[in-house]
Amino acid sequence: MRNLYALIGLLLSQLAGYAQSVPSAPTDPSAVSKSAVTDSAVASPGSPERVISPSVATTTKPVVADSTPMPKAFAELFYRDSTLRKGKPEQGMLKLNMDATYDRPFLTANKVPVSVGGYLEANSQYMQTDGVTDGLSFQMRRLTLFLASSINRRIKFLSELEFEDGTKEINIEFAAMDIELTPLLTLRGGIIMNPIGSFNQNHDGPKWEFIDRPISSVTIIPATWSNVGFGIYGKKYTRDWVWAYEAYLTNGFDDQIIANTQNRTFLPATKANRDRFDESFNGVPLVSLKTAFKRRRIGEIGVSWMGGVYNMFQVDGLVLDQRRRVDVWAVDFNTTLPTGTFINSELVWARIDVPATYTQQFGRMQQGGWIDIVHPFLRKPIYGWKKAVINGALRIERVDYNVGTFAETGDSLGDDLWAIVPGLSFRPSPTTVIRANYRYHWQKDVLGNPPARMAGFQFGFSTYF
Amino acid sequence: MKKTTLLYLFVSLSIFSTAACETFLPDEPADDALLDGPIADLTPEQNALFLAGDVAFNDEVFTPTTGLGPTFVATSCGSCHAGDGKGTPFSTLVRFGQNDETGNQFMHLGGPQLQNRAIHGHTPEQIPSGAPFAQFTPPANTGLGLLAALADEQILANADPLDKDGDGISGVPNWIHPPDYFKPQWFHKPQNGRYIGRFGKKAAAIDLLQQTVNAYKQDMGITSEFDLEDPINHAVSAQAGDAVADPEVSTAKVNAVVFYLRTLKVPVQRRPQDAAVTAGSQLFLALDCGKCHTPEWKTPQSDLPVLSNQTFAPYTDLLLHDMGSGLDDGYTEGTAKTGEYRTPPLWGLGLSKNSQGGKLFLLHDGRARSVDEAIRLHGGEAARSRNLYSKLNDKDRGDLLEFLDSL
Repeated sequence: MRNLYALIGLLLSQLAGYAQSVPSAPTDPSAVSKSAVTDSAVASPGSPERVISPSVATTTKPVVADSTPMPKAFAELFYRDSTLRKGKPEQGMLKLNMDATYDRPFLTANKVPVSVGGYLEANSQYMQTDGVTDGLSFQMRRLTLFLASSINRRIKFLSELEFEDGTKEINIEFAAMDIELTPLLTLRGGIIMNPIGSFNQNHDGPKWEFIDRPISSVTIIPATWSNVGFGIYGKKYTRDWVWAYEAYLTNGFDDQIIANTQNRTFLPATKANRDRFDESFNGVPLVSLKTAFKRRRIGEIGVSWMGGVYNMFQVDGLVLDQRRRVDVWAVDFNTTLPTGTFINSELVWARIDVPATYTQQFGRMQQGGWIDIVHPFLRKPIYGWKKAVINGALRIERVDYNVGTFAETGDSLGDDLWAIVPGLSFRPSPTTVIRANYRYHWQKDVLGNPPARMAGFQFGFSTYF
Repeated sequence: MKKTTLLYLFVSLSIFSTAACETFLPDEPADDALLDGPIADLTPEQNALFLAGDVAFNDEVFTPTTGLGPTFVATSCGSCHAGDGKGTPFSTLVRFGQNDETGNQFMHLGGPQLQNRAIHGHTPEQIPSGAPFAQFTPPANTGLGLLAALADEQILANADPLDKDGDGISGVPNWIHPPDYFKPQWFHKPQNGRYIGRFGKKAAAIDLLQQTVNAYKQDMGITSEFDLEDPINHAVSAQAGDAVADPEVSTAKVNAVVFYLRTLKVPVQRRPQDAAVTAGSQLFLALDCGKCHTPEWKTPQSDLPVLSNQTFAPYTDLLLHDMGSGLDDGYTEGTAKTGEYRTPPLWGLGLSKNSQGGKLFLLHDGRARSVDEAIRLHGGEAARSRNLYSKLNDKDRGDLLEFLDSL
């Protein structure tokens, strides 16, 4: 409780101090455009390099310059290679996963306060399950378009429109306005990405050395998980560290998480409900909280939680059921070792109040996680790419969709999987990755029968544009 | 980096990838290690129908919006028959309401099957007070088409209701009143309007259509043109069916599932030339196990050529046998007595662990945790064989168990 008071006190003091120093907003559009899309950084966790890139205006000034040599080198590279941006990239600011939304390369024109960008990812794959293959497939996984604008020096807007699997899914993944009162208190509203784990916030394809997204991040969390809502976030910088928090109320889950054709508790099933952008399923908001801390040369750790009621417990004032909760916790961590090896990981747990009268096929508890290890083993000019990088990468992941034991026998419930994904990636430029993965995974059914073994090769690319 | 180095790297990776396709992709398990898969020599059209049934059986999961329930046991066929194998205590059914030939006295209270799960807004059933009941573990599905293709006369040829040969083994068919949609085939021989049941622990289903329709309704609460009533909890007032219009599954889909079950392959015996297996096979016959678990059958002409004139070894006579008081749960179906059970096919027995979570749950309710325990729990008409088994030395007993494991 004492800590809470301290936090509130800190916020109030920041507000008070800021009220005295807040400058008047520029009225000249050109003034806006100069600050827009010029000074931010792309955190590139899939690559050992930190790529400094422009982004939508932020008045958050770095306290100190980043003394880490690698981000600086790649900032320069990015600046030289890109034809999309102008202005000197700003260096030194410690970036967190929560900054990923705005830490993207944007294209902007002179005196135009709107910037655009996006990314594309496509691949081929040949997978085989227990000797049976569907052959070679080509997949257009995502085409994502960003549209951002600095409405004011401290009011910004960004939207992210995503086409998945061609036009199979078209989603507005993010469309929110940020109003910065102080660096420690920014208001955000619209369609926001719930800050749970790291991947949900930082999922752009070009940042990753792996073609498939982490399984636990997309099937438990379920990334990309965004909803309509409002909230606040803020950051506090010192010389060598940054601390941040986020807190939002949004629309949430619905009862499809335990009534779906996956035959398991499956949080992503809620995403099929298009009405969630129109109204809450049950009138109870989903609460999302995250705090993250990053220490220079040590790394970033984030702890997050989201929870709410997923069922329709009453209609027209008539009680139909008790309130049934879904709660998800996540811990994420990333760091770059002195060798240049980048390590990124996320653990997630979900607890779901499934009615006792429902089948045990649907898990009451789920857990999973992954760790990515990416090592740049070659940094040399290749075919005119002056500082191209070839990375070796390894992902290990585990998901258990049904933690617990059978009521009838006391035996462990199955429905789990292990996967290992070694890979190679070639980055001719930090914003483009060409990657080759080999995936092998073992998946057991709920009874724990001998696992289905799936393996195969994937080759593809992803690039910002 | 030199261009030649890159070229070498590219060529090496290409060679590695080509080799890896063979080395690093998981092989198909041996044919004798799987229970699922189609019988050989289906035509392309039949393969398509088999696949449609396969998808409906193994992939389709019902939800409240597609008709699940309102009360149910499982959400899909595959939930109870993983890999087309046997089920586990998790998917074990409870049947209740009948203890003699006069029929089920608890139909008005939800008989004959308990739906112990329910969708939101509904209450699962409970066994009515005073109702006799038994638990039935789901059986494997393999080779059902060949059993369905046998003629009634072939089954009756093994029946010996009065034990005229004095071997202590009788064997009687279960005579079942057919449902309205039942269409007799040339090989059916009715008796007083009843037909021989072949499928289920008590042989209460005459053919695979009846078995399928019942499973859709009783296991998943899915209605079809053949049976348009949802299972409901009769003990709860104002209880109604679900909100999904009936039928909840198309006739075409039901027929595809029936075709799938008809054309599932026969389990392939493993290690048939192994000395222990051969010796065990001889002991199996010497102990008269084969008098109920009839080793070999041959189908007559069938409407499906792949099922015609096929010799196969299911190790069942499809007849009811008294299994003694130890296995008598006080519940029955059709004309079977409470202590009588249909001889279960033994083919695929050695692969049961692969669908039962690495363990064994044998006999009608899964109470036996090993083949040895299952044999020792035999009683009634099988008591003599059980006693002979108990007297075997370790090697012979091992050979017999090895033979059963090879099936």
